[in-house]
Amino acid sequence: MTIPLDSAAKLLGLLASGELTARQATQASLDRIAATDPEVGAFTFVNTEAALAAADSIDQRRRDGQPLGVLAGVPIAVKDVLCTTDMPTTCSSRMLENHMSPYDATVVARLRAADAVIVGKTNMDEFAMGASTETSAFGKTTNPWNPSLTPGGSSGGAAACVAAGDVPLSLGSDTGGSIRQPAAFCGITGLKPTYGRVSRYGLIAFASSLDQVGPMAFDAVDCATLLNAIAGSDASDSTSLPVETPDFTAGLDRIEGELRIGIVKHHLEAEGLDPEVRQAVDDAIEVFRDAGAKIVEVELPHSDYWVPTYYVIAPSEASSNLSRYDGAHYGHRSPVAASDAGDRGPLVATYCRSRGEAFGAEVKRRIMIGMYALSAGYGDKYYVKALQVRRLIRQDFDSAFQNVDLLLGPVTPTPPFAMGEKIDDPLQMYLCDLFTVGANLAGIPALSMPGGLTSNNLPIGIQLQAPPLQEAKLLQAAAAFQRATDWHTKRPL
Amino acid sequence: MAISLDQVRKLALMARLELSDDELGTITPQLEGIVAFVDKLMELDTDGIEPMVHAVETVNRWVPDQLGDSLSREQALANAPNHDEECFLVPPVLG
Repeated sequence: MTIPLDSAAKLLGLLASGELTARQATQASLDRIAATDPEVGAFTFVNTEAALAAADSIDQRRRDGQPLGVLAGVPIAVKDVLCTTDMPTTCSSRMLENHMSPYDATVVARLRAADAVIVGKTNMDEFAMGASTETSAFGKTTNPWNPSLTPGGSSGGAAACVAAGDVPLSLGSDTGGSIRQPAAFCGITGLKPTYGRVSRYGLIAFASSLDQVGPMAFDAVDCATLLNAIAGSDASDSTSLPVETPDFTAGLDRIEGELRIGIVKHHLEAEGLDPEVRQAVDDAIEVFRDAGAKIVEVELPHSDYWVPTYYVIAPSEASSNLSRYDGAHYGHRSPVAASDAGDRGPLVATYCRSRGEAFGAEVKRRIMIGMYALSAGYGDKYYVKALQVRRLIRQDFDSAFQNVDLLLGPVTPTPPFAMGEKIDDPLQMYLCDLFTVGANLAGIPALSMPGGLTSNNLPIGIQLQAPPLQEAKLLQAAAAFQRATDWHTKRPL
Repeated sequence: MAISLDQVRKLALMARLELSDDELGTITPQLEGIVAFVDKLMELDTDGIEPMVHAVETVNRWVPDQLGDSLSREQALANAPNHDEECFLVPPVLG
């Protein structure tokens, strides 16, 4: 029997009926990783023995008639920004090489409680800073559709392992588009939930007011199943929302009421928007129109300020969050001879050298930007200003959602780009987030789904955004789109 | 706005980052470019706009003052670059 690693729904059906064991599904996933990962490089760690042991335990409990979790026996990969007790948590940084967390992230604990089988940790841009997964200290991840191209970032490994057919599900994190952009580049579905919908406890912080964990999968139904397992209030995270978690898989076969979809014309006329991406958005609009949706033009007047706002706030928070890596309590420490410490003294010299040695170029750049934006004399000029503009951006979304249920548009300005193409030009790399950072600044949910292929057979993503806590509506619309199209079923050749 | 090499050196020390001369030479023009890029924010009049610090605008979230589990000393020290039985060991604070 061919084991359907592309669909958690199919796997769950086979596991429930007894046609497949968790061990068989897990072994199939491990075999697939062994076959694909030498080229794709999606994983930083594969937890073979623990995964098989977890699978055996699930099989035994199923045989014994004991209750099982909602993901029982489904192989899943976890981005290496999430703390795990049984695998290293490195953030793809030399700073945390071989770091073993003493606790599981809440989402990881919830996956274990749901009886998912965690097969490994996935590669990422160092500390989730990047749009290409080229800044990992442990090697680049390639795009399964074409190894000369990047898979996007920072959740490049999390997207590539699903696209390569290694696992049906993975967890990513999204600070400025880091779930949606790699999902678009790899031809899968990815959801950034409302800020606070999913616990950030044990998610290593990059920019705390923007980071959010979310599901990555082949389709909207699987995303909903995974979101069910990880969403919900968490006493360990004071920013998690004290709200009820609906069943996101309910009602995915229909759209309730008339769907009003907003189009931001300004985005479709943006300089640098690739014509094939534009065409895919136009085609998606027609799919929704044919399905009975009402298409409405809306304005987001401050969208030209999204990226500048983001590149003040995110590095400012990063410079603060990453100050914990001092070589004292954990992480890399460089030896400094007393004679070499100079005016700084031995301790400060150790901090400086440890951080200088262990952080990569992009992390250093962002710490320096943040330090500049927060430094005396510039704090009000840049940081407070950016926070004020952030409110204007949120008000734009609130106004738009007075008239529409969802917003539809591109995820990325271009299809997947080549390895090395943007790595030496930070501003070009930052503009990859042109259409995605608004959702993080405003805290709203947003989804990327496959919406076409380029003439070179590369995936194009379509983005849907919704008001806070309207993930169910997003997933309903994505499921409707995926019933009407087959882009999500396309696989790398 | 021009950013001088000395300014960048000072920032690097504040950020506790030892940067090589090559790195300083690369990062200085990049910082200038990024600062010029974010200067676009100055086009907007934001007088009277309340800064939005967080996506979830809640006031303090209180929890009961109850004893709970925490990391053991052994767990807390497990990833330390250097420690004895009880403490993290670091270079002298005073040179």
